[in-house]
Amino acid sequence: MATAPTTPQAYLQSLSRWRPIEIAFWLVTLVPFWLFPNYLSLANQIAVAALFALSLDLILGYAGIVSLGHAAFFGVGAYTAGIFSKFVWGEVFTGLIVAALMAALFGYVSSFIVARFRHLTLIMITLGLGLLLHSAANSAHWLTGGSDGFQGISVWKVAGLFKFDLYGKVAYAYSLCTLFVVFLCARRLINSPFGLALRGIRDNWVRMPAIGADSPSHIRKVYTISAAMAGIAGALIAQTTQTVSLDALSFERSADVVVMLVLGGAGRLYGGLVGATIFLIARDQFSGIAPQYWYFWIGILLVTVVMLLPNGILGGLSKLVGRWSRK
Amino acid sequence: MLPPIFGVLFDGIAYGMLLFVLSVGLSVTLGLMNFVNLAHCAFAMLGGYTTVVLMQDLHWPFFATLPAAFFIAALASIVVERTLYRRLYRASDLDQVLLTIGLAFISVAIAAWFFTTQQQPVDMPAYLRGSYQFFGLNIGVYRLFLVAVGVAVTAMLIMTVEHTRFGAQVRAAVDNQRMARGLGIDVDRTFAVTFALGSGLAGLGGALAIEIVGLDPSFAFTYLVYVLIVVSVGGLGSILGSFAAACLIGISDVAGKYYLPELGAFLIYLVMVAVLMWKPAGLFGRR
Repeated sequence: MATAPTTPQAYLQSLSRWRPIEIAFWLVTLVPFWLFPNYLSLANQIAVAALFALSLDLILGYAGIVSLGHAAFFGVGAYTAGIFSKFVWGEVFTGLIVAALMAALFGYVSSFIVARFRHLTLIMITLGLGLLLHSAANSAHWLTGGSDGFQGISVWKVAGLFKFDLYGKVAYAYSLCTLFVVFLCARRLINSPFGLALRGIRDNWVRMPAIGADSPSHIRKVYTISAAMAGIAGALIAQTTQTVSLDALSFERSADVVVMLVLGGAGRLYGGLVGATIFLIARDQFSGIAPQYWYFWIGILLVTVVMLLPNGILGGLSKLVGRWSRK
Repeated sequence: MLPPIFGVLFDGIAYGMLLFVLSVGLSVTLGLMNFVNLAHCAFAMLGGYTTVVLMQDLHWPFFATLPAAFFIAALASIVVERTLYRRLYRASDLDQVLLTIGLAFISVAIAAWFFTTQQQPVDMPAYLRGSYQFFGLNIGVYRLFLVAVGVAVTAMLIMTVEHTRFGAQVRAAVDNQRMARGLGIDVDRTFAVTFALGSGLAGLGGALAIEIVGLDPSFAFTYLVYVLIVVSVGGLGSILGSFAAACLIGISDVAGKYYLPELGAFLIYLVMVAVLMWKPAGLFGRR
């Protein structure tokens, strides 16, 4: 550890400095292009899931809002991008932006409800809103295709040059770039005074207003931002796979993303990214053996993480590194 | 002749009684310890499978399997409570949610392993089948039986909680846990017993539910949502609250499916969000 920074600005700057391991992490994300060309569509799914987990991390890991309905925003983004490209036009970047705005709108409206509650009521409200949207999308068959899925998305070439191919090369590159850009925004946000205020709310919701940081308004802001990010993740999956199914809004998706985040380590920028990678690779491998028992292993994993690794894999690793460097 | 709305009301109340038996245990344990137990319906599922095995393989009569479902679920809950849950009483909501969702996942996979993902058939005894005609209404015998069970369970619970020493301890611990500890009540033990009773009732509910909604491994999650809705609408730790909420949700669900089938389950989620917006602690909740 370097000497403790003296001013608040210096402290925040010391947080936002790039570490070598971070640069190494992003270089590793390029490896699939050469080493695993047959797994690029899986890599694409991982990038999307990582972005979705990152968006949940902002509210769950940093602001302490446990949400069991985060798929709502993922689904809103996915359907918006799908409908936009089918009926308006197929340019992908505008599609992403429209999807993000739409999800942000949903997030902003629901944030007024979410910011009022804590604990079980909060979990139930997020769960209820998610289920509400799921059954609404199921009922609105004329717009979403209901349980048959939304078909007929036609997206243009990315930047007019790269067509989405069968192997997922363009898809992965596109998702990875989007993930990286959004990650930079999230990183900037977390290493700002606003990010510190969020951590304060997580640790003590009652005392933050006493030092001049109004908890509900901070929660409304971060919830909206997180919803927009989840919307982008949804839009990515809609554009790269060119279908949207109803399970984009399902409870399973909300539960899976919580599992990914906690597995990697909530409240750490890379937690969602690492968790999504491990979760999806493990699912890919295990479901090859016996798909219906995949959830058994997820369950075992969850119980183990809660009992033995309270801060996720990254938390356990950093503890290990801390112990090792002290010797 | 009575208009069909009475039939909808009756079916709704019968369904509500089923939800009440399934959820009342969770409500009380949540009120006692603030422990978010998302594996509650896994115990209900265990009760359901107990009944199926006893009836299909050992040819027990249906009524004899109900106490068995209760005891097996209660026993399993004691084991889980002693080994895992008790370490997390003071942990965060998130940890509790994760541990119990993990257990629910495991239970689903185990059920799929032993019983496959098929719906389990049970043959109800003849005297529970069929229906009465009552002023032009079709009153199902089994639904009548459910209402009777629901009322009996409610009466028994209220008797226990209001008029026994154990019930007084439970009430004291729900109202003010620290004070109750200060007065020498062993809250941990009270909780363990309540937890076992609640899970046992869930097991009974699971056994009763087979005839109405069927039983397959996804039960632990499908009905978890309903149970959580009942608990949060009714208010934590309140038996009457759960009863009222279960009726409300049961009637809303049946009425929604009867009058507005295209909306599906939309109506009950709407009811839940509306009630929680109006009263964040639930209809009868105090906190």
